[in-house]
Order: sequence, then structure tokens, then C-alpha cells
Amino acid sequence: MRARGLGNLRAVLAPVAAGMSVMAVAATILVPALGRDARKSAPDGVSGPLAVHRAYGPGAGQARSAAAKCTAGTAAESLRPSPDDGPAVERIKKKGQLVVGVDQNTYRWGYRDPGTGRLEGFDIDLARAIAKDILGPDAKVVFQAVPTNQRIPAVQKRTVDMVVRTMTINCVRKEQVAFSTAYFQAGQQVLAPKASSIRAFDDSLRGKRVCTAAGSTGETALAAQSHGAQVLRVPNQLDCLVRLQLGEADAVVTDSALAAAQAAQDPTVELKGRPFTDESYGVAMNKDDTDLVRRVNKVLDDYRGGGADSPWMRAYRTWLKADLPGISGPPSPEYSD
Amino acid sequence: MSSTSSVTSVSAVPSAAPAPAGGASGPAVRRRTAWAEGLDRLRAAAVTEPGRLRAIGAVLALLVVLFGAATAWQVSDRSAAADDVVERSQPLTADAASIYRSLADADTTAAGGFLAGGTESPATRARYAADIATASDLLVKASANTRGSGTPDAAGVQIARLGRLLPRYTGLVETARTNNRLGLPLGGAYLRYANDQMRKELLPAARALYDAETVRLSADYGRAKAWPLFALAAGVAAIGALVWAQRRNYRRTNRVFDRGLLAATAASVVVLLWLVAGHAVARAGLSDSYEHGARSLRVLNEARIDALQARGDENLTLVARGAVLTGDQKDFYEVGFRAGMQDLAGAGSEGGAAAGSRLGAALALAGDDAGRRPVRDAVAAVREWQARHAEAREADDRGDYGQALAKVIGPDASTGASFDRVDAGLQQALVHEQDRFRSAADGGRGAFGGLAVGAGVLAVLAAAGAVLGIGRRLSEYR
Repeated sequence: MRARGLGNLRAVLAPVAAGMSVMAVAATILVPALGRDARKSAPDGVSGPLAVHRAYGPGAGQARSAAAKCTAGTAAESLRPSPDDGPAVERIKKKGQLVVGVDQNTYRWGYRDPGTGRLEGFDIDLARAIAKDILGPDAKVVFQAVPTNQRIPAVQKRTVDMVVRTMTINCVRKEQVAFSTAYFQAGQQVLAPKASSIRAFDDSLRGKRVCTAAGSTGETALAAQSHGAQVLRVPNQLDCLVRLQLGEADAVVTDSALAAAQAAQDPTVELKGRPFTDESYGVAMNKDDTDLVRRVNKVLDDYRGGGADSPWMRAYRTWLKADLPGISGPPSPEYSD
Repeated sequence: MSSTSSVTSVSAVPSAAPAPAGGASGPAVRRRTAWAEGLDRLRAAAVTEPGRLRAIGAVLALLVVLFGAATAWQVSDRSAAADDVVERSQPLTADAASIYRSLADADTTAAGGFLAGGTESPATRARYAADIATASDLLVKASANTRGSGTPDAAGVQIARLGRLLPRYTGLVETARTNNRLGLPLGGAYLRYANDQMRKELLPAARALYDAETVRLSADYGRAKAWPLFALAAGVAAIGALVWAQRRNYRRTNRVFDRGLLAATAASVVVLLWLVAGHAVARAGLSDSYEHGARSLRVLNEARIDALQARGDENLTLVARGAVLTGDQKDFYEVGFRAGMQDLAGAGSEGGAAAGSRLGAALALAGDDAGRRPVRDAVAAVREWQARHAEAREADDRGDYGQALAKVIGPDASTGASFDRVDAGLQQALVHEQDRFRSAADGGRGAFGGLAVGAGVLAVLAAAGAVLGIGRRLSEYR
């Protein structure tokens, strides 16, 4: 119940946070009003964004100091949203396309529909929404398949503008890349056949063969506490479902979102127990692109807003509800400045 | 073995005997101990000259018949081994190569069909089915040629292993297809697992089967090419004994020619020369068939499988989409593709094939221009393939999956078209080298033709000549 309790706490705090973000939005509109007007009158739009960017100098400084004393409790904090164009947003506009690092193998999150050849999923919808906000209704989005271990280098080398790929926000990663506010709340969870005696991440795993992806959080969790299970390591989390179906493994330990994606592909398995870790997914961007981080946070605000009919809830119902039922709304944003 | 030593000891005496010119009975006396006990009875009869002549006649006839028999036996043995090379072990080796190739082709085809999405083309499906059918048929055929009872031989072990693995592999591929049809990424995971099984279990087993058949082929070559030493030694002994007997007659009777013995000598010399020449020609033919046939075929088969595996890796790079990485964070299948290309044509991506590469070796082994041409075509197609592959990778890295896919499995100017050219070139080279193998081996085999029968007939004639020749001398004592 821990994660759900946390979710409830967030739900309680949501109005407070929303109120704060309303104030923040008001501030963004009021404070740099001169800069915005100047930009509107100067269509080349070069000096304006720079002025706006400078206006946020102190905020960025705070974010950096916040990252320096990052803890598990504050990891999900990000910069306050802003709709303004900074150098990074200008760069994307100049290119005329948004390059997004995504997964192509995770059902319901980011995968290529073999029927249409198109990428689909919760992450993909979010990436399209961000592109639409920056580049307009006919935004060109270039999706690049980024393997799990290439997510951070791809952002650092700017081969992609951002990574939207079930990426967990944590302090180690925050030293290398910047994250948006959390857009999904997940945690490590056990997946097993419905008929299995395995109940959760507990001693019911004793003597069982548990599959996990090499290098994943699940592997670390099993190394810390195996509950008497034999651990089978495979290259990719989806390989675990293959092993489970072939009877080479009894259970899978992976992210709840990925576990749900597996359950969506096999009606005979289900998520067992509750997530036993707490992880938030965020959009990863280059640390220097503070204006882009604020812009994405603004998009996320819009994406989350609107209650039961918000774009977030629509995407949730389309992609995730069947296998991750009971989520009443998106996680609330937390800010460091 | 005991017969061999008795013959050589017998031959040692007559060939050494003419050397001391002192006295006719001298050698017999001095070498008394050298005559084995087996000749005691002959010695008892040999106190008189007719008795000695009778003994000499018997020994000469025996030696000549022994020579003929040894020649017929050893030549038949080598001829049978040469037949085994051409009719049994080489076809079995070729079949093992076909099994190997069919399995690799099935895997590559499955991955290619997968890329085409839910709607796999009928041609791709048919090709996959044909590959699996070929492999199954040839496995049954190969198992019929393994040692039937008791512990199976090396080939039998691998055939049994493949028999167990193949149904499991096809099951994985079908599950992958089903999931892919349903639009589930799980299909891709199944396909990768199937490929993993192919790469780690089936292909090594097929390779081991091919190696076992190659060992059998080499053994048959060894048997066919071994010099018939026993027959040669028997020939030298028989001819030596005949010369000694004639020299003895000349010394005792001053008769220069004994027609019977002369005919026997001539016949024996003919058999010996025929044996040496026939075997040398057969050996040369078989060596040629080995160098330009068996070895060429092996290198070409390996090149073909390298190309197939590189193609499979190329397909899987697009199926896996970065899901599997090597230790140093590179795409596992892209690394495999590059390694395959390096094996095939050497490092680099331009110009001719490097000397150490498979295609370089195939060029060096090809005996004529007709054999080199298809290999050169294959090298050119490999270079084209590499260039197109780079374009496909570039498109994929840019995020243009559609273009990358078209570049890999599209109908024209795709890497698939280049791969088909490589495969066609190697296939053509294989057919050519197979023909060369066959003609060289048949030429070699032909040299044994009639030798066994001829040696037998001539040996009987020579034995008759020896007996008649000695009989003529004996008749002078009546």
C-alpha cells in the first residue's frame, strides 16, 4: 500500500501544488512581460528568448544547488514551467523537427505497430504533445530508438533533443541529465502467472526462478534481497516474458509499467503484490537546456490538467488502464525553485 | 606381418647372392643361418641341382603370384577408397554443408519476413519452409549413413542433436510470427530467442556435423592416396628374385636367355611400372580434386554461411532495435554484421577481398578463371552491400525507420539485393568447383581402372613363365 499511499498524499497535495504552479505561471507572464512584448514586436525572436533565459538565471542556479543536495525525496523536483523560447527551444524550431529518443519494444509505452509500421504508446503520445507545443500542429517528430543504456549519452551528446522512454528519475542520473517533472509513478513489481503461488516480492519467491534484465533496477533489488529465488538474467526485460512462457522462469521482476506491458501481451500472467520501490518517470534533457526543461514542464502541466478528460487521462485510458487499473490521475509536479 | 617379413627375408638373399662372384654354393653356405626353418625341407631336397631348381621355381612362382595378389588387393582397396571419396563422403560433406546453409538461411529468412510486418510475403514463407524441409530431409539421409548400432559416431551425435533442436527452433519462430501478427513486441523477443538458439545451438551442431563429415572425407582421401607399399615391396622382391635366378642359370649353364623367366620378368616389370604410374596419376587427380574441389568447396560453403549470418544480423538489427547490446554498449547485431563482413572480405569496405578472408581464400583456391569470376562478382556485391548497409544504418540512426527498412528489404538498390548477388555468385562458384572436383576425382579414379585385374592376369602369366622357364632347365637333367 506504500506507493498507493504516496499517491494519495500526492493527490491531497495536488491542489496546493497546482495553486503554486498557477502562481508560477502568473509570474512567468507578468515578470518578463517586457521581454515578451519586445519579442512580439521583433519577429526575428533572437533577443527575446535570450532575455527570458537570463530572467530565469537565478532559478537555474537554484535548480543546480537543489541537484547538488539531491535525495530520494527531492529527486523528482524540476524547474518551474515556462512557455518561453530559450536557446534550446529556438534550436529545435530552427531545425523544424523534434528528435526524441524512444523505446520501440515496450508495448503500450513505445512500440512499433507491425500492422501500421507506426510508433505508438503512452510515451509516444507525450512526445507528440511536446512537439506540437513547440513546433505547432503539424510538428515533425523524429523518433529514434535508444537502447536503455544509451539514453544518457544520447542526451549528453545531443543526438536527441530529449528522451521519453520510461526513464526513472534518480539522483545519479540527475548529475548527468536534467529531468522534467514526473509524468508517471511506477515501481519494481513482480509478474507471475495468475495460477502461480507467488504472491509478491516476498518469501513466496523461495526456490523459484526469477527473471530480470541485466543491469536493471530489478537485478539490483534481487541482489540486495533475493528471497531465496534463483535469478535468471536476460538482455532485455521482454525476454523475461519469453522465458516465463517457455517455462524457463517462474516470475519476472521489473518496473511496474514494463510488467504491465508484459501482462498486456499475455492474458495468463498478472502483476503480483504492490510495487516495492518508488520510481517516477521523467523526460530527460540536456542539463544546459534549462529553457527546454521549463517548456516541457509547461507542456506537462497542460497535459495533466483537465481532470478526468485531461490528455494524460485519455492516454492512460488508451494505453495503460487495462493492465494498470486504479490510477486516478497523474503524479503531481514538484519544483526545486 | 609375418608373411611380409618372410618375403623380405627371402628377397634379401637372392638380391644379395649374385654379388659374391666366388662360388655358386658360397652364398647358400655362408647364409645358411639366414634361411629360415621354413625352408628346411627345401634344403633337404636341395642337395641335388634338380632339387634346387624345383625349389627356386616354386619360390619364384610364389613371389610373382604374391606380387600380383598384393597389387590387386591394395589397388582395389585404394580404388574403393577413391569411390568412397566421390560417391559417399564428398556427397555427405556437401549434404552437411547444405544442412548448415539451410538452417542459416531459414533463420535469415525468418528475420527478413518479420521485418515485412504482419504481412509476410508468400515467397518468404515458402523459402523458410523449403529451408526447414531441406534440412530435415538431409538429416534423415545423413543419419542413414552413420554407424547403425552401438555408440553413434561423431556425425551421429550431431545429427541426433539437430533432430532434437530443430522442432524447438521452428516452434519458437512460429510463436514469434503469431505474436507479431497480433501486433505484440513479444514476437520480436521470440524471434531474438529463436535466433539465439540457432546461433548458439543449431549452427554449432551443424558445423560439427560438417566437420565430422569432412574428417571422414579426409580419411577416405588418405586411404585412396596412400602408396601401396606392400605391393611395391613384393614387386621389387619378385623382380629381384627373377633376375637372380637368371644370373644363376647364366653362371651355371652359360645360357644367356631363358624365355620363360624373361617373360616372367617382363610381365612383373610391366605390373610394377603400371602400379607406380597408375597410382601416381590417381594420386595427382585426387590431390587436384582435394585442392581445387574439396578445399575450395569448404571455403565457399563457409563464405556462404558467413554471408547468411551477416544478413541475418542485419535483419535483426532492425527487429531488435537496440534491445540487445554488447559489453561495450554497441548494438549486438550490428557488431555481428561487421564481424561477418570482416570474415567474408577482410577489414575495410572497399577494393578486393583481403588474403586472409574467406573470399580471398576462395579466390586463391579457384583453379581457373571460370572459378574466379563468380567469386570476384561476390566480392563486388559484398562491397556494394557494405555501402548500402551504411546508408541503411545512417537512415535508421536519423530516426527514419521506414527508409532504413526499404534500404534493407526493399525491392531495388537494397542490401537484400546485394546479399542475393553475393549468394548467387557463391552458388555459381560452388557448382563450378563441384564439377571440377568431380572431373579431377573421376580422372584420378580412372587411373586405377583395370589395374587390379591386369595385375592379376599378368602375375599368373609371369608365374607360368617362371615355372616353364625353370622346367626347361629341369628337363635338361632328364
